Amino acid sequence: MAERIMVKGNEAMAEAAVRAGCRLYFGYPITPQSEFTEYMARRMPEVDGVFLQSESEVAAVNMVYGAACTGHRVMTSTSSPGFSLMQEGVSYIAGAMLPAVFVNVVRGGPGLGDIQPAQSDYFQSTKGGGHGDYHLIVLAPGSIQEAVDLMETAFRLADNYRVPVMMLADGMLGQMMEPVVFPEYVKLDGINDHSSWALRGTDGREPHKVTSFDIDPVRLEEMNTETHKVYEEIRSKEIRFETHDLEDADYILVGYGTMGRILGSVVKMARKQGIKVGLFRPISLWPFPYDELKKAAKGKRFCTVVEMSTGQMVEDVRLSVEGALPVHFYGRTGGMVPTPDEVFKELVRLIG
Amino acid sequence: MEKATYKKPKSLAEKEFSYCPGCHHGIIHRLVAEVIDELEIQGKTLMVAPVGCSVFAYEFFDVDGTVAPHGRAPAVATGMKRAMPERMVFTYQGDGDLAAIGTAEIIHAANRGEKITTIFVNNAIYGMTGGQMAPTTLLGMKTTTSPYGRKAETEGFPIHVSELLKETAGIVYLERVSVSSPQEVIKAKAAIKKAFIAQKKGLGFSLVEVLSTCPTNWGLDPVESINWLNENMKKEYPIGVFVDKVGDIK
Amino acid sequence: MSKNFVKIDEERCKGCGLCINFCPKKVLSFSDKFNSKGYRPAQQHDLENCIGCGFCYMMCPDAAITVFKETAEV
Ligand SMILES: Cc1ncc(C[n+]2csc(CCOP(=O)(O)OP(=O)(O)O)c2C)c(N)n1
Ligand code: SF4
Ligand code: SF4
Ligand code: SF4
Ligand SMILES: [Mg+2]
Repeated sequence: MAERIMVKGNEAMAEAAVRAGCRLYFGYPITPQSEFTEYMARRMPEVDGVFLQSESEVAAVNMVYGAACTGHRVMTSTSSPGFSLMQEGVSYIAGAMLPAVFVNVVRGGPGLGDIQPAQSDYFQSTKGGGHGDYHLIVLAPGSIQEAVDLMETAFRLADNYRVPVMMLADGMLGQMMEPVVFPEYVKLDGINDHSSWALRGTDGREPHKVTSFDIDPVRLEEMNTETHKVYEEIRSKEIRFETHDLEDADYILVGYGTMGRILGSVVKMARKQGIKVGLFRPISLWPFPYDELKKAAKGKRFCTVVEMSTGQMVEDVRLSVEGALPVHFYGRTGGMVPTPDEVFKELVRLIG
Repeated sequence: MEKATYKKPKSLAEKEFSYCPGCHHGIIHRLVAEVIDELEIQGKTLMVAPVGCSVFAYEFFDVDGTVAPHGRAPAVATGMKRAMPERMVFTYQGDGDLAAIGTAEIIHAANRGEKITTIFVNNAIYGMTGGQMAPTTLLGMKTTTSPYGRKAETEGFPIHVSELLKETAGIVYLERVSVSSPQEVIKAKAAIKKAFIAQKKGLGFSLVEVLSTCPTNWGLDPVESINWLNENMKKEYPIGVFVDKVGDIK
Repeated sequence: MSKNFVKIDEERCKGCGLCINFCPKKVLSFSDKFNSKGYRPAQQHDLENCIGCGFCYMMCPDAAITVFKETAEV
C-alpha cells in the first residue's frame, strides 16, 4: 500500500516529475516556486539526472529547447515574471513541435507584483503569451495530490502530441503542505521513442532538422496547418474537468485550481442552507471545456466565476454559455485569496 | 595519377549556400565541415544555428541540427549536451547574435565550462537585417544605424569578446583567427580543430572567433573587403591564441 | 595539360573572384558565360601552370572548387 506523506506542493510536483521519468531539469530560482528548483538540485543527482541552475529564465527555457530536441523528458519550473521571460522560448518550442513540461506557480502581478498566490496568468498561459499561432496544453490541478497525479499525464501529453504542456499552479498550491500518495516510477520503454525526428546524431542515417523556421511562406503555412491539426485533435480528446452537485443545482460556481477547491467549500455551505449550488471546475484550461460547461449550465439561473484575478477565465466561461444565462464574476487580486465566507456572501447577494 | 586533393567535405550538405558572393561565412562553414570529417564525428555531431545570415547553417551541414532563438544558441547547446553528453555539440553564431543579444548565454556557457564548441563569426555588423551597427562595429564605421559613423560617446566601444572571455575559468580553448588568405585559412582550420578536440576530450568550453567579411553591407567587393578587414579589423581585434589548455595534439 | 588542375562547379560558384585573386599562378579567370543564378563563374583558362596548391579551394566561400593534384600514389 502506497504511503501517504506530508509534503509541500512544490516538492511534491518535483518528485512526481522525477517519478514520471524526467531526468533533465533546468531552472532559475523565483518565489513562490524556489523549493521546486531546490528539490531538483538535491534529487536529480540521486537518479543520475541533470540539474542545472541557469543564468536566467531566458537561458532555462532555451536549455529546455535544446534538451527537448533530443527527445528526452525535460522540464522547468518558474513563477509568473520568470514565465514572462520564457515566452520567446516557449513559442520556439511550440513552433518546433517539441515535447516539454512547464510548471508555473503563479504569483501576483503585473510587473514584480508580489509573491502571494494569484491566477492572473490565465490569459498568458491559455491564449499564447509568446508570438505566433500556438497553444500549450494547460492543466490546472486543484490539490497537491491532483498535481502529483497530473504530472505524468503532462509528460505523456507532451510526448504524444509533441507540444509543450503547462502545469498552472497558483502560489497556494506550491506553498501548502498536504498528505500525498506518490505514484510508482514510470517505466519509459517506448513511451517517448522519438527516434524518428529527435536530434541524437545521424550515426549514418539522414540528418534530422528540428526548427520553428521556414523562409518559404507556403511551407510555413503547411507547418502551421500541421500543428493546428494536432491542436484540433487535442481539443477533441483532452478535455478535463470536474463537477459537483450540478444535477439539481439552480446556480453554478466556476473556478479552477485552488479556487475550485475553495468553491467546493462554498457549495457545501450553501447546500446546508438549502441553496442549490453546483460546481464546475475546469482542469484543462486549454483545451477549455466549452461544450461541457455549456451543457452543465443548461437550465441554470446564473453562473458565477471566481478567480484570483480581475477576470480572465470568465471570458471563456462567457464564450461557453453563449449568453444562455447571466455570468457573474467575483475576484480578488494581488495575492488576496477569496475566502469561502466571502464568496458565499457574494452568492447570496446575487441571488437577491 | 591525379587525385582530388581538395574537395568539398563530406559533412557539408549538397545544398548551395545562401550567402552573398565572397562572404566568409562559406569559408568558415567549409572549415568546420573539414574538421568534422577529419575527426570522424559527423554521425555524432549536433549543431545549433543562430539567427543571422547563418540561420540556414543547419541546412548546410549533413548533421542533426536546429536553429536557436537569436542569441540563445549556447543555452540550446547546453540543453543538448547535458541530455546527450556523448555527442559533439557546436554553435555557430554571428557577432550580433553572440555579442549583443546573447551576451549572457555565451559568458555563462563558457563559465560553466560547458563541453560545447562555439564558432563565432565577427563581421562587425548585423548582416542579415541589412547592415545595422553591431556591438563589434568599429569606431567611425558607418552602418545603417550609425549613419554618421559609430561614436564612442553615444554608441560605446567595439566589444572584444575573446578578451572578455579569456578570464573565464571554464574556457579551455580560445583563439581569434581570420580567413583572409590561404595561410590564414589553414591556421583557422587548425584552431577550429583544436576547439573540437577540446570538446572531444571533455575538457570544457571552446570558442574560435573568426574575423569575417560582409561585402554586401560594407559596400565593398569581396577582395576590397578582405583588404579592409586586414587594415581595420585586425587592429581592433588582434589575431591570436587567448587560452589553450588543450596542449599538444598529434 | 598539366597533371594539376581544378574543377569548378559552375552552379555553386557565385563569381566572387577570391579564387582568381589568390591563385599564385594566375591560371583562373571569369568565364564569359553566366550560370543559372546570373553569376559569371570562375574558370581555369590556363591548363598548363596550375601547381595544385589548393589556394583557390581554401578561399572559395562556396565550396565550388575541387583541386586535382598529381600524386605519387597509384
Ligand atoms: C529576438 C530577435 N530580435 C531581432 C531579430 C532580428 N535579427 C535577425 S538577425 C539579426 C542580427 C544578426 O547579426 P549577426 O549576429 O552579426 O549575424 P550576421 O548576419 O552578421 O552573420 C537581428 C537583429 C530576431 N530575429 N530576433
Ligand atoms: S549580408 Fe553580409 S554576412 Fe550576410 S551573407 Fe551577405 S555578405 Fe555575408
Ligand atoms: S590549385 Fe593553386 S595554382 Fe591551381 S588554380 Fe588553384 S590556386 Fe591556382
Ligand atoms: S572563389 Fe568560388 S565562388 Fe568565388 S569565383 Fe572562385 S569558384 Fe566561384
Ligand atoms: Mg555580424
